[in-house]
Amino acid sequence: MDQEQLRKEVDEIVKPWEGKEGNLIMVLHQIQNRYSYVPRDISFEVAKRLNVPLARIYEVITFYNYFKLEAPGKNIVSVCLGTACYLKGAPKLIDEIEKQIGVKPGETTPDGQFHVQAVRCLGCCGLAPVITVGQKVYSAVKPEQVAGILAEYSEPATAAAAS
Amino acid sequence: MVKAWINDIPVEVEPNTTILDAAKLVQVKIPTLCKHPDLKASAGCGICIVRVQGSNKMPRACCTPLEEGMHVITHDAEIVSVRKTVLELIMSNHPDECATCGRNTQCELQSLLADFGIREVPFDKFIPDLPKDASNGTIVLEPRKCIKCGRCIEVCQQMQNVWALSFLERGFKTRISPAGDITLSDSPCVRCGQCSAHCPTGAIFEFDDSPKAWEALGDPDLHCVVQIAPAVRVTIGEHFGFEPGVNLTPQIYAALRRMGFKAIFDTNFGADLTIIEEASEFVERFAHGKGTLPLITSCCPAWVDFMEKFHGDMIDHFSTAKSPHEMVGALAKTYYAEKNNIDPSKVFVVSIMPCTAKKYEIHRNPDMSSSGFQDVDISLTTRELARMIRQSGVDFNSLEGEECDHLLGDYTGAGTIFGATGGVMEAALRTAAHYVTGEKLAKLEFENVRGIQGVKETKINVAGHEVRIAVAHGLANVEYVIDKVRKAKENGEELPYHFIEVMACPGGCVGGGGQPYGVTDELRIKRAKGLYSEDEGLTLRCSHENPSVIKLYDEYLGKPLGEKSHHLLHTKYKRLPVYQR
Repeated sequence: MDQEQLRKEVDEIVKPWEGKEGNLIMVLHQIQNRYSYVPRDISFEVAKRLNVPLARIYEVITFYNYFKLEAPGKNIVSVCLGTACYLKGAPKLIDEIEKQIGVKPGETTPDGQFHVQAVRCLGCCGLAPVITVGQKVYSAVKPEQVAGILAEYSEPATAAAAS
Repeated sequence: MVKAWINDIPVEVEPNTTILDAAKLVQVKIPTLCKHPDLKASAGCGICIVRVQGSNKMPRACCTPLEEGMHVITHDAEIVSVRKTVLELIMSNHPDECATCGRNTQCELQSLLADFGIREVPFDKFIPDLPKDASNGTIVLEPRKCIKCGRCIEVCQQMQNVWALSFLERGFKTRISPAGDITLSDSPCVRCGQCSAHCPTGAIFEFDDSPKAWEALGDPDLHCVVQIAPAVRVTIGEHFGFEPGVNLTPQIYAALRRMGFKAIFDTNFGADLTIIEEASEFVERFAHGKGTLPLITSCCPAWVDFMEKFHGDMIDHFSTAKSPHEMVGALAKTYYAEKNNIDPSKVFVVSIMPCTAKKYEIHRNPDMSSSGFQDVDISLTTRELARMIRQSGVDFNSLEGEECDHLLGDYTGAGTIFGATGGVMEAALRTAAHYVTGEKLAKLEFENVRGIQGVKETKINVAGHEVRIAVAHGLANVEYVIDKVRKAKENGEELPYHFIEVMACPGGCVGGGGQPYGVTDELRIKRAKGLYSEDEGLTLRCSHENPSVIKLYDEYLGKPLGEKSHHLLHTKYKRLPVYQR
């Protein structure tokens, strides 16, 4: 993104919040939602616009799990580690995912295809253990199913093999 | 007034006095670790817990106000055992590297461990795997040793308004770091070193240049010379059991000579020289309308860095005069070398400074090599010198004092007070007033610019002209002064000041980032007193009366602000980005 475009986009996001108390977190939320992470050059621009030191912005970004500092993978794989899923074998799913695509929770595959994260309860304990990829929920997942699930999203379209 | 009891001792205090402060009044010492007297309580560590009769909670003394009728118990078996647990828990995340740590024997955590007789840590040990950052060559960050007390962050953000350091992440993963995964050298850090002066452990300390000094001293080809800053003479004693503020100038000269330095100079001489140049600059700008007002002092390298990063619009206001030790460095490799027939490439200049930022200043820009070589080769802090004296085998405590080498060593009282906030201003006024009136001042003291109040504003009368002055120390206090100047300029109003002095560290150089640990206002006052009493006791108290400075202009420099002075003694500034990354 060129500097001009960046400034325009930040301006759009910041304007409604200017001068309001607690605006930093609201602005960061919108940035996170828009870009799926908070890019550093955007943080610099926000610092300037809101007159907040960059250090404070990074304190907030790194404090809350919600904010990300790196561009996430194209497909976000969430493995539930809530109590029910945990007991039903979610840690094994995490191991299996690492075996398949070589990344641990919090990491993104080098090709940017998958970002894996461990999450707490997804609110469907009856389906434990649960994995979601994007918005799609996979229930009662067994380790041997992991390869197939991931294949649905892999490029080039190897998805056919899985379905 | 609030009346209460601490360990059954009656105590009476102002409302909102903390239990910790109240206890001090009745000679009760509650242990602290995260709390520093300069800073507001963060209530982080929990070692200062006490008990209040009638309650089964254990409040923290650092942030709990003493209330009417309270019965506070500061020490009993259970309290002591909780404090031990706090220490054991801290040690479960702290490396056992005391023997090789930069703070060995001077660590607040280590002394508490000793006091409480901690012999083993019953918890699993987990030391975070965080890299050391020595990127800026002045301050070393070792986040593995951080106990998350938050002092450095409070200092960097609130006291200094630099915002280089912050806590990133949270809970167990909390760490100190500049914003994002960048190094200190890419951050806004101005190298004032106040973080290192306030850190209770070895997580932040000065970059150790003493090996380079020893190497130079051992090199038979080099001619090593040394100079000591104004503020070092009244603080180094703290490392050797002297009272704070005791002036040990002759003993330091003697120790340095024994360590092998061929000539012992004094930065106070450079301070006198700085005043000649800076007061001339002021008179030019004030009386002859040549140049921008207010004039702002530039002796403090952390302040220069801060200005270049955050207040680039103030560049025209800055005095172009170099800091005193840079002047001495430049002259050691020209004037001194020529007079003594020494090859200037073999002269090795070491500065002993109360300061960490001086380590950066010595190669700040090409002007710092005005002699044709880097004018000052290395800059050591007071703390590094103390260690070197111990290594050298010199019995500092019973050493006979000696004299300096006069050529670049003689000084007046004006030079010595440079080490305290307001001192540069006072020294400059003594000489500027003389330049304007041509007369000897009836009274040399300018009490209104002394003391540890964060911003001091005053007006003085020089030959019928009103001179408006501001003195600020602690970088957060600068904003108020700079804002006033900026607003007046924007609105075309009368200037709020004609002359501004800024020192980055609270108290000025006596409270510098490279000074002995444990600084508080009480200590800053005692150290400054040491300087002011030396000034009072001297016959010559104005820089323009310094015979060696007069001789230097006669024999070598010509006149103040002249061509040679300009080349050797002045510098330039430029805007710098706040972040490099």
